[in-house]
Amino acid sequence: MNSAHFLVCIKHLFGKVNLLKEIAVYIHIPFCSNKCYYCDFVSFPRLDKRIDEYVDCLIKEMEMYKDTLKEYTVETVFIGGGTPSYIDEKYILRILDYLYHNYRSDEIREITIEVNPETVDYEKVKAYRDIGINRISIGLQSTNDNLLMQVGRKHTFSDFLRSYEIIEKAGFKNISVDLMFGLPNQSIDDCINSLENVIDLNVNHISYYSLIIEENTIMNKWYKEGRIKLPDENTEREMYHIGVELLKSKGYKHYEISNFAKHGYECKHNLFYWKIKPYVGFGISSHSNIGNRRFWNHSKYSNYIDTINDGGIPVEGEEYIDNDMQMAEFMIMGLRLIDGVNKDEFKKRFNVDIEEKYGRALNKHFTQGLITEENGNIKFTKKGLDLSNIVYVDLLPD
Amino acid sequence: MQKVKQKNIRNFSIIAHIDHGKSTLADRLIEKTGLLTSREMHEQVLDSMELERERGITIKLKNVRLNYRGEDGEDYVLNLIDTPGHVDFNYEVSRSLAACEGALLVVDATQGVEAQTLANVYLALEQDLEIIPVINKIDLPSARPDEIKKEIEDLIGIDAQDAPLISAKEGINIESVFKEIIDKIPAPEGDANLPLKALIFDSYYDSYKGVVSYIRVFEGTIKSGMKIRMMSTNKCFEVTEVGINTFSQIPVDKLEAGDVGYVVASIKNVKDARVGDTITDHDNPTASPLPGYKKVVPMVYCGIYPAEGEDFNSVRDALEKLQVNDASLVFEPETSAALGFGFRCGFLGLLHMEIVQERLEREFDLNIVTTAPSVIYKIKKKSGEELEIQNPTNMPDLSEIEYMEEPIVSASIMTPTEYVGSIMELCQNRRGTFINMEYVEETRVIMHYDLPLNEVIYDFFDALKSRTRGFASLDYELKGYKESDLVKLDILINGELVDALSIIVHRSKAYERGRKIAEKLKDEIPRHQFAIPIQAAIGSKIIARETIKALRKDVLAKCYGGDVTRKKKLLEKQKEGKKRMRQIGTVDVPQEAFLSVLKYDE
Repeated sequence: MNSAHFLVCIKHLFGKVNLLKEIAVYIHIPFCSNKCYYCDFVSFPRLDKRIDEYVDCLIKEMEMYKDTLKEYTVETVFIGGGTPSYIDEKYILRILDYLYHNYRSDEIREITIEVNPETVDYEKVKAYRDIGINRISIGLQSTNDNLLMQVGRKHTFSDFLRSYEIIEKAGFKNISVDLMFGLPNQSIDDCINSLENVIDLNVNHISYYSLIIEENTIMNKWYKEGRIKLPDENTEREMYHIGVELLKSKGYKHYEISNFAKHGYECKHNLFYWKIKPYVGFGISSHSNIGNRRFWNHSKYSNYIDTINDGGIPVEGEEYIDNDMQMAEFMIMGLRLIDGVNKDEFKKRFNVDIEEKYGRALNKHFTQGLITEENGNIKFTKKGLDLSNIVYVDLLPD
Repeated sequence: MQKVKQKNIRNFSIIAHIDHGKSTLADRLIEKTGLLTSREMHEQVLDSMELERERGITIKLKNVRLNYRGEDGEDYVLNLIDTPGHVDFNYEVSRSLAACEGALLVVDATQGVEAQTLANVYLALEQDLEIIPVINKIDLPSARPDEIKKEIEDLIGIDAQDAPLISAKEGINIESVFKEIIDKIPAPEGDANLPLKALIFDSYYDSYKGVVSYIRVFEGTIKSGMKIRMMSTNKCFEVTEVGINTFSQIPVDKLEAGDVGYVVASIKNVKDARVGDTITDHDNPTASPLPGYKKVVPMVYCGIYPAEGEDFNSVRDALEKLQVNDASLVFEPETSAALGFGFRCGFLGLLHMEIVQERLEREFDLNIVTTAPSVIYKIKKKSGEELEIQNPTNMPDLSEIEYMEEPIVSASIMTPTEYVGSIMELCQNRRGTFINMEYVEETRVIMHYDLPLNEVIYDFFDALKSRTRGFASLDYELKGYKESDLVKLDILINGELVDALSIIVHRSKAYERGRKIAEKLKDEIPRHQFAIPIQAAIGSKIIARETIKALRKDVLAKCYGGDVTRKKKLLEKQKEGKKRMRQIGTVDVPQEAFLSVLKYDE
């Protein structure tokens, strides 16, 4: 009897209990030293005196889900923010320690923490390493100090180099660096320069993403007032495509719209999002997706804290995802991956042919050159990556 | 209801330019007679339509009966007949004035007489009404009552020395207005024993009673149970109710010569109780109808289409409902390649058109798309055939046309002298012919122009207002038809002709209009993944071209923390927007784009 067959038998024996459900865990740390001008995530600069209280609540929240999630085995953990490295490492240790002891954690394959260069010191990252964090994502954004200052970053390129060295010294191999393009006053040369500087370090994972001016940001205000000018659309797209080609030529696999990795270094956590696999988010404003339900936590600090302290679940809203919508989301998120959506996988998951469901929309965009098919996968063309919304809109249910 | 002797009745209306305070004065009069306490007073009681309130104008005229005890201790009945304040409704104004013996002429103490006011004063003078000038807004620091009095005398030739100086807003001196009404406006005459002769000055449809007509009885008596005849159509009806209009309608036994009130007679459609018609006794008819009846004909046409996702039948139902109340609105079904099934609608003028459009949207909650307004053109074909068209789509090929004629209006524009140059330029741009200019006073003139109606309907009024900072006023009436070099201007989007965007223009204006429309469409149509040419053409000749550049980027931000819901919301918003657009070939055109032909934007 092979092991797969064995597991099927076990499953039958235990009835409804599904031993093999995997889940990704997101943990939100909403603290940081200052708000970057483009940032619209829930984060509170310099709210240091609240950190204890927050972490207490976060752990209480994890406790609430303990039983519900006991059928799930945690595959990945992502500690994001804010700037998780802004707070003392003892909090991170406490959170992970709780997770290890209360969730099925023996099969965790990836634990990522986001850091900003100016907050990194050896003791901190060594502690990260010792508790089992195996991936660090560094917010660099650009290697041009002027640009960094203009978008409200508090570090320089040399700060980054220092932190990178420390992180490597602490034993991390799986390091990701975030870079942005389309910043005000940024040139194509700037982008190439930043990429080359990072590639020279032989970084294993690079996120290279487009600045999107979000509504409630300082940058949006400035943009509306005409105080900042963004690169025009053509330049912005050139920044992207030149970057993509450069990274590919240096041995990085372009595996998601904004993500590039050396072989084997793709982010496992984000794949849960892109493949619409179960994930649970702890902390203020974080989102969860389990089965056909998506729910999200309060994004107002006091609401989150007070609800938990009153013994309630800090969920602000939820959405029931019906079958049509699940299919649409599967497509929309799946198409972010450069390999696209596998037709067989779609059929297996939804028990319907992708052509039957989306034939008309797919044909239309196939004809217009936005999508293509390769090895049984539906994927974006180069042009499609630039105009993905046009395709997405047609995939949404009416 | 107590019966008041005929000699104690006063039938009057109020003439005023928009914003000069007509409705406020009406409110004040109502309040002072105690018909409503000020607590009950809703501001501007007579303008009960939401739209009227918002625009501060009266669209449908109405009537209210006020009881007033004069200084002499006698009880008076004051019938206030409200008039619409716009050139589009000139005919209705003239009919409501015909129901009166006098009119209050309200003039703003800071602004003086306006063209619109003058037009209505002339209408009142034609009806031989006693005109009582009332100078309003004297509470304002910039009020100049003496100059205004002189202006009224110079312009209209009536004595204004005793004109009450009031502030309707502040309630100052309102008593003196009552005194003037009672002293100066003649009581109605007419014999209650003669055969019935009553004028309809407004009709509206009530879903319980059927058509309710506001009438002024000139001779005879009308009462419930009586058989009446509409003299223009010879249709007969049996009266089910007569009454008077206070704040609500109060049935009475009868209305006699001199009275103003309402009549209900199981009439199903306002078409059968047209404004201006004379009602008489079927069994004992009067010899001749009251003078002045005419069937009003539309001057301006446009297409009204259900917007994407809106139901054709709901639009038809709504138009039918409006028509029941508005005999001057006409419509018939038509089809557009770009917009699908819709209606060709005719209106008295631009304001009337806008009002109907807005009522469809607000009162009936409909999403509609309207095409550019058009006028009626007369065409003589080479074959000798003559036709009238108002839909550009029906215009024959230029090679078949011997000549075309377009309607011309004579326009009076009253303006402070400093804007004369700017107005002349505007009128010249709009192919106007200067007739003459009269000085009203040292600093104000009336300019007379002949203007093609098709130029007036393209936001002439807005252009006039913006060039004169709102100080100029306009009045116009149809003068006749004139031969003109007209062409059909077509718009092509991505190579496809969009019939709903075609307009008929003078050849000399075609290039400019074509260019402007193309520019506007360029702004209104979102970019697509391919470049979209927008062309303006006369026949097969392209006269203007713009290109909407291809969209290079339409992406969502990096997915972060699994917030799929928010991204989906952004996409859903985008999808919603797309749904509301019209597909023309492979191009999604937003509804607003169809409005871009309506505005000149000078």
